[in-house]
Amino acid sequence: MIFNQEIIKPENLVYTKTKVLTDNVMHYCPGCGHGRIHRIVAEVIEEMGIQDKAICIAPVGCSVLAYNYFNVDSLGAAHGRAPALATAIQRLYPDNHVFTYQGDGDLAAIGTAETMHACNRGENIVIIFVNNGIYGMTGGQMAPTTLIGMKTATSPYGRDIHLHGYPLRITELLADLPGTYFITRQSVHTPAAVRKAKKAVEMAFQNQKNKKGTSFIEIVSNCNSGWKMSAPDANKWMEENMFPKYPIGDIKVDGVKVSK
Amino acid sequence: MAIKGAIVVDTERCKGCGVCITACPKDVIALAKSVNGKGYNYAEMVNGDCIGCAGCAIVCPDGVISVYKSKIND
Repeated sequence: MIFNQEIIKPENLVYTKTKVLTDNVMHYCPGCGHGRIHRIVAEVIEEMGIQDKAICIAPVGCSVLAYNYFNVDSLGAAHGRAPALATAIQRLYPDNHVFTYQGDGDLAAIGTAETMHACNRGENIVIIFVNNGIYGMTGGQMAPTTLIGMKTATSPYGRDIHLHGYPLRITELLADLPGTYFITRQSVHTPAAVRKAKKAVEMAFQNQKNKKGTSFIEIVSNCNSGWKMSAPDANKWMEENMFPKYPIGDIKVDGVKVSK
Repeated sequence: MAIKGAIVVDTERCKGCGVCITACPKDVIALAKSVNGKGYNYAEMVNGDCIGCAGCAIVCPDGVISVYKSKIND
């Protein structure tokens, strides 16, 4: 378009994709929050200049191929065991920045024990936990974090507390453990939310640099394919239904629980 | 003097999810009528009201939007 020609010049560039992400096309569904979360983590790594020191532990789930997108050293862990693998690597390379990137089926279901014990030991790792209330990769089955009444492939009449129990708020559970230093819950559905989430990720990596203990960031995200909605509708639904159960904000800062 | 912005969309990597359209405060972005190689209606700039706030690029899940901003003499 003609009106763009004098603006689109290299010196006027204000935002573009960071080089810590590769140019591979992400396999995520259109509108998925994973892409944004990948990008804020990559931007923090770039700004802190720790690209050669960062080690990503990829989980099992939608983000199993995270190592195709992060331009840092990466390893794939067995299902749910990313905090255990991160523990080993962080102890072998104490000056590196080891972070795990896990979904709710990986961290809050099969990997609960590894997560709890890694946080209880206060391992100096960063855990990025993406909570979308559903198993996305396998086709939208019920997860521990699925909301009451929410319809999934394995709870077609909605989650029933008598049959399936209650949604698991693992972030609040982890805040009770003395080993955790920084625990927060963020979202990435609007530009303002993405900026806040990026600040939280930055704080987590700074804590790791200062060897403070476990930093845990839950990011409430959407799964528009699993929820069977368009991406903008899924973001709206998330605001109305997920946020009352999973309120956004810091839960533990500098090792002290935030009183509400 | 006015601050004007512009976006460049990597149309082949855009998946047409439409999150940038809801994030744009000036209604500058819309989905194109044509499709890219994967069959998605990609996002494109449809008018000159862009202020270069970069909101669209920040919420873009695939990082396909680059934002430019400069001062333009009216």
